Amino acid sequence: AERANLAGVRHILLVLSGKGGVGKSTLCTELALALQHAGKKVGILDVDLCGPSIPGMLRAQDSAVHQCASGWVPVLAGRDKAIALMSIGFLLERPDDAVVWRGPKKNALIKQFVSDVAWGELDFLIVDTPPGTSDEHISTVEALRPCQLLGALLVTTPQ
Amino acid sequence: EAAELRARLRAVRHTVLVLSGKGGVGKSTFSALLAHGLAADETKQVALLDIDICGPSIPKMMGLEGEQVHQSGSGWSPVYVEENLGVMSVGFLLSSPDDAVIWRGPKKNGLIKQFLRDVDWGEVDYLIVDTPPGTSDEHLSIVQYLSATHIDGAVIVTTPQEVSLQDVRKEINFCRKVKLPIIGVVENMSGFVCPKCKNESQIFPPTTGGAEKMCQNFGVSLLGKVPLDPQIGKSCDRGQSFLAEAPESPATLSYRKIIQRIQEYCEQHHLQEEKIM
Repeated sequence: AERANLAGVRHILLVLSGKGGVGKSTLCTELALALQHAGKKVGILDVDLCGPSIPGMLRAQDSAVHQCASGWVPVLAGRDKAIALMSIGFLLERPDDAVVWRGPKKNALIKQFVSDVAWGELDFLIVDTPPGTSDEHISTVEALRPCQLLGALLVTTPQ
Repeated sequence: EAAELRARLRAVRHTVLVLSGKGGVGKSTFSALLAHGLAADETKQVALLDIDICGPSIPKMMGLEGEQVHQSGSGWSPVYVEENLGVMSVGFLLSSPDDAVIWRGPKKNGLIKQFLRDVDWGEVDYLIVDTPPGTSDEHLSIVQYLSATHIDGAVIVTTPQEVSLQDVRKEINFCRKVKLPIIGVVENMSGFVCPKCKNESQIFPPTTGGAEKMCQNFGVSLLGKVPLDPQIGKSCDRGQSFLAEAPESPATLSYRKIIQRIQEYCEQHHLQEEKIM
C-alpha cells in the first residue's frame, strides 16, 4: 500500500528551510505552475499541518477531499485544474480552525498523506514542509523512504 | 511536579508569550526588542526565554552566540546581556551553532519543562517567552507548564498579507481554545519608507485589510504597526538592539509605543488582581 499510491510518481522533491516565512510555499506553487506549463504532470503534498498555505495559493481553499477505491482523491487546482493537491487545509471544517496537535497525531496524518492519496501518474510530486526540523520532517522522510527521493530544495532569505 | 514549577516561577510577576501562526513575521525580533525595551528601566528584572528548539534565533539577536549555560547549586544560570536582562535558549546548549536539533515533540517538551523548572531566574518582573511558529507541542506545553504561574497574555505577531493572516487567525483561535488572554496583535513589515526618496511602498500589501481588519473581525486589540526598516535586520544579525542603534527610526517609535501598551496592560492586570485579593 505504501508504494502503490506513489508507484506512478516519477520524481519526489522536498522543499525545506529551517526558517519560517522565507517563501517555501510560494516556491512550491510557482515551481508546480512552471512545470505544469512545461507539460509535466505535477502534484503538491502540503505537510504543513499548522499553517497550510498551499490551498489558498492555488485558490482551492473551498475544495473538499473525496474518497475512491485506492484512497483519497487529490484536489485538482490551478487554471486548468491539472495540479493535484493534498493538504490538511481541505480537511478543516472552518478555515480559521487551529490544528492543535502534538507530534504523534501529526505523524499519523502525514503517513496517511503519503500512503493513502491516490496520486496516479505524476512527473513531479513537490512536498511543501513547515519550518523547523521536527515531527513533520522526520515523519515525511521516513514515510517516503521506500520511494526514491529526487532530493531537497532549500529556501532561505539573505539575512 | 506542578509544585516544583510553581515554586520556581513564584517570583515572576508578569509573563508574556510572543506567538504567531506564521513563521518569519518577526516574533524573535519583537521578543528581543520587547526585552531590551523593558530592561531599559534598570529597576526592572527581565527574563527572555526562547522555546524555539529547532530554530533558536534569540542568542544571535541578543549578541550572545557562543555563550554556554553554567550550572550552580540553585540550577541553570541564565546568560546575562545586562545585569537586569537574562536569556535562556537551546542555542546555548549546542556544541556548534549549525547543529540541527532534530527532535520529536516529547523531547522538545522535556527541554521546555527543564527551562522552566531548572533555570534560576531569581526575582523577575517580566518573563518574555519567544515561541516557534505554529500551534503544536511547544505551544501546548508552555501554556500547560505556565499554568503553574499565571500568564498575563499573548502578543501575536503578523505581517499584512493574507497568507500570514490565514495562519494568525488560527493562532487567535488557539489562544481562545486554551484560554490564553490576547494582549493584542502587532503588524510587522507594515510599509516601507525609502531612505532616499522618502516614498512609502507596501512591500506586503494588505490585500484583505491587514491586521487592522482582522483585529476588528476578531475583537482583539491592534497594538501597533511597525514599518520595514533594513536596519532592523542588520541590528539583529549583529546582535545589537535596534532601538538603541536607530532611535529616530519610525520603526523604533512604533516599537516603543507597542512596548508601552504591553507594560500598561500588564500593570493594569496586576492592579485588578491585587484588588481581587
